[in-house]
Amino acid sequence: MNGSKPKLLQGNEACVEGAIAAGLKFFAGYPITPSTEIAELCAARLPQVGGKFLQMEDEIASMAAICGASLAGRKSMTATSGPGFSLKQENIGFAVEAEIPCVVVDVQRVGPSTGMPTSAAQGDVMQARWGTHGDHEIVVLSPSSVLEAYTLTVTAFNIAEELRTPVILLMDEMVGHLREKVVLPEKSELVVRDRAKPDLPPGQYKPYADYGDPAKIAPLAAFGEGYKYHVTGLTHGEDGFPTNNPQAGATQIKRINDKITYRKKDLPQAEELFTDDAEVFVFSFGGTARSAKKAVRDARAAGLKAGLIRPVTIWPFLEEPLLKAKAKKPKAVIVPEMNLGQIVRPVKRVIGDTCPVVGLNKLGGQYIEPDEILEAVKEAILRGSAS
Amino acid sequence: MALPLEKYLRVGKLPHIWCPGCGHGIVTQAIIRAIDETGLDTEETVIVSGIGCSSRAPGYMNFDTLHTTHGRAIPFATGIKMANPELNVIVITGDGDAAAIGGNHLIHAARRNIGLTVVCFNNNIYGMTSGQYSPLTPRGSYASTAPYGMFERPFDLCELVKGAGGSFIARSTAYHTRHLTNMIKEALKYEGFSFVDALSQCPTYYGRRNRLRTPLDMLNWLRDRAVPASSWDKMTPEEKDGKFPIGILVNQPSTELTKVYGEVMVKAAAEGGRG
Amino acid sequence: MVSDSPYEIAVNEKWCKKCGLCIAFCPKDVLESDGGGPIVKAPSQCIGCLLCEMHCPDFAITVKRRAEK
Repeated sequence: MNGSKPKLLQGNEACVEGAIAAGLKFFAGYPITPSTEIAELCAARLPQVGGKFLQMEDEIASMAAICGASLAGRKSMTATSGPGFSLKQENIGFAVEAEIPCVVVDVQRVGPSTGMPTSAAQGDVMQARWGTHGDHEIVVLSPSSVLEAYTLTVTAFNIAEELRTPVILLMDEMVGHLREKVVLPEKSELVVRDRAKPDLPPGQYKPYADYGDPAKIAPLAAFGEGYKYHVTGLTHGEDGFPTNNPQAGATQIKRINDKITYRKKDLPQAEELFTDDAEVFVFSFGGTARSAKKAVRDARAAGLKAGLIRPVTIWPFLEEPLLKAKAKKPKAVIVPEMNLGQIVRPVKRVIGDTCPVVGLNKLGGQYIEPDEILEAVKEAILRGSAS
Repeated sequence: MALPLEKYLRVGKLPHIWCPGCGHGIVTQAIIRAIDETGLDTEETVIVSGIGCSSRAPGYMNFDTLHTTHGRAIPFATGIKMANPELNVIVITGDGDAAAIGGNHLIHAARRNIGLTVVCFNNNIYGMTSGQYSPLTPRGSYASTAPYGMFERPFDLCELVKGAGGSFIARSTAYHTRHLTNMIKEALKYEGFSFVDALSQCPTYYGRRNRLRTPLDMLNWLRDRAVPASSWDKMTPEEKDGKFPIGILVNQPSTELTKVYGEVMVKAAAEGGRG
Repeated sequence: MVSDSPYEIAVNEKWCKKCGLCIAFCPKDVLESDGGGPIVKAPSQCIGCLLCEMHCPDFAITVKRRAEK
């Protein structure tokens, strides 16, 4: 697969190849449009590379199975779309609480409910953030090209393994079904991180050790390695056993949040284009960012000072590039997204009253065209100049 | 003779949370005795549970243990077994966990014949939430959500697993402790999916509502309804009413899933896949 | 008391929840209630059947052969 020869690949296929390059050894899933190609390709590819595939009886079981396989020491992944993502949420919370590394791909389609199964949307931004209950941080990455579907899947595994947490790869139908000519990086160019192993003997191993330092995360022993430890979704102490002690409970919940916020700076940052002198910023992610990029280039060609901020990590939310934009006192920040306005909320929180934050929203599975974004840029510059 | 408790239990975590006279400690002991007598390596044995009273058992057991979400122990265990088929994977579940919220997983694990041993601590009630009826509550029994008596029809869990293709199925009770231990031993030795319906007693939330005032009353109630499997088929429907067979109910060996998948891997490596 | 039985019964009072099942299941009346929990009244009568141990929900009663000590 890898090498200098260009290949025509689909986003969903690139995700699978990226996962295999990252060391995926177990995939459990359930058919759902528009993510099904990921399961199909895993079924074909994994047994070729010493991995395993299982089509589970439902979405819930798929999420459970990858948690189990991960605890048995194998890199694990599942893939789904909105309705299935909803079903997985309880066990995603389990993976958060029990600190089980795994990757969950959500190829977004139109919702709510069954919605428009074959049509693109970006309506799971908030589900990805808050779909499971309780206080938790979660890492959500969003690719906007086929190549990035590959590279970000590798990154997702690295983050999952390093931070001992589920990582959501938030794709959309546009990127999942997009076919592009890509040159995949050579294996030697890829950074692949493997799980840290305990260096303490079984009697002293604390699977949920609190080092009082968010940079340090307890290594995860695999089942069958002789550590004989306990894993539970109940709030637990450093030894993994349930606790009803309010102090210990609060500390544990705080720790699994802090370990992620602490590493926010190490997560994939935003792609920026023409932001140095921009008067209008377009803030866009995933498939829609492709239109946004074209719109910003067209604006520049027409002499309009537009800039693009494309967050690659969606959650935790990257304030930094927006704070830099805010400091330039822009005329507007335009936020195109295929929903009624989700990522626009944290954008508004960061920008405040500095300038108008304009949502550009489209429903019904229709892509947002570059010209629509360009029009919004023009309008913002006109209004900004008038005021 | 006496079980080496320190080897199999996290003795520092005892006494357990179960009520006085609860059958779950009896069934848990039967499992560790079966493990002891079978000679399973504690370092290569994983115990997985869902949510409910039964599912607290692994916390007391000195193995790699996983206490998951309600109803989902079997798919978590499925992932473990797929990832590392060398491990012995035992699932401890309750009747609400296995037959209600997790019913789908139970039948599919049986269909796949994945090498798990599932022991259902079946006390026909939701104990942890204080006595609501389960899909196993006998008709006419009282529960906090059946104040006028159970009005739904219960499952026969063994028949359900049999219908799903289960190839090793056994049943026993917390009264028949030696028999129960033997059933679990046979299940542990079986390579494919094995299911043991272990009838247990909940004196607190089932017994008190159903005129079975003591743990002994409850065990005697289990004893009086149990019929050896060898006699069961000769009984008339009237004689079977209110009773259940105990013993090995199904034993039809079939190739275990991870073994079958091993063949898939060989084929995939050779053919390079068709997709 | 010197016992004739080759078996020795130990009750772990810290784990015992006094359900009385061990007393009820003993076929030889070796155990008696102290108002809830068991006391070993007639150790010499123990035949090592393990019914008390195996019916104990609390892992609180163990029967050992004396030689096992």
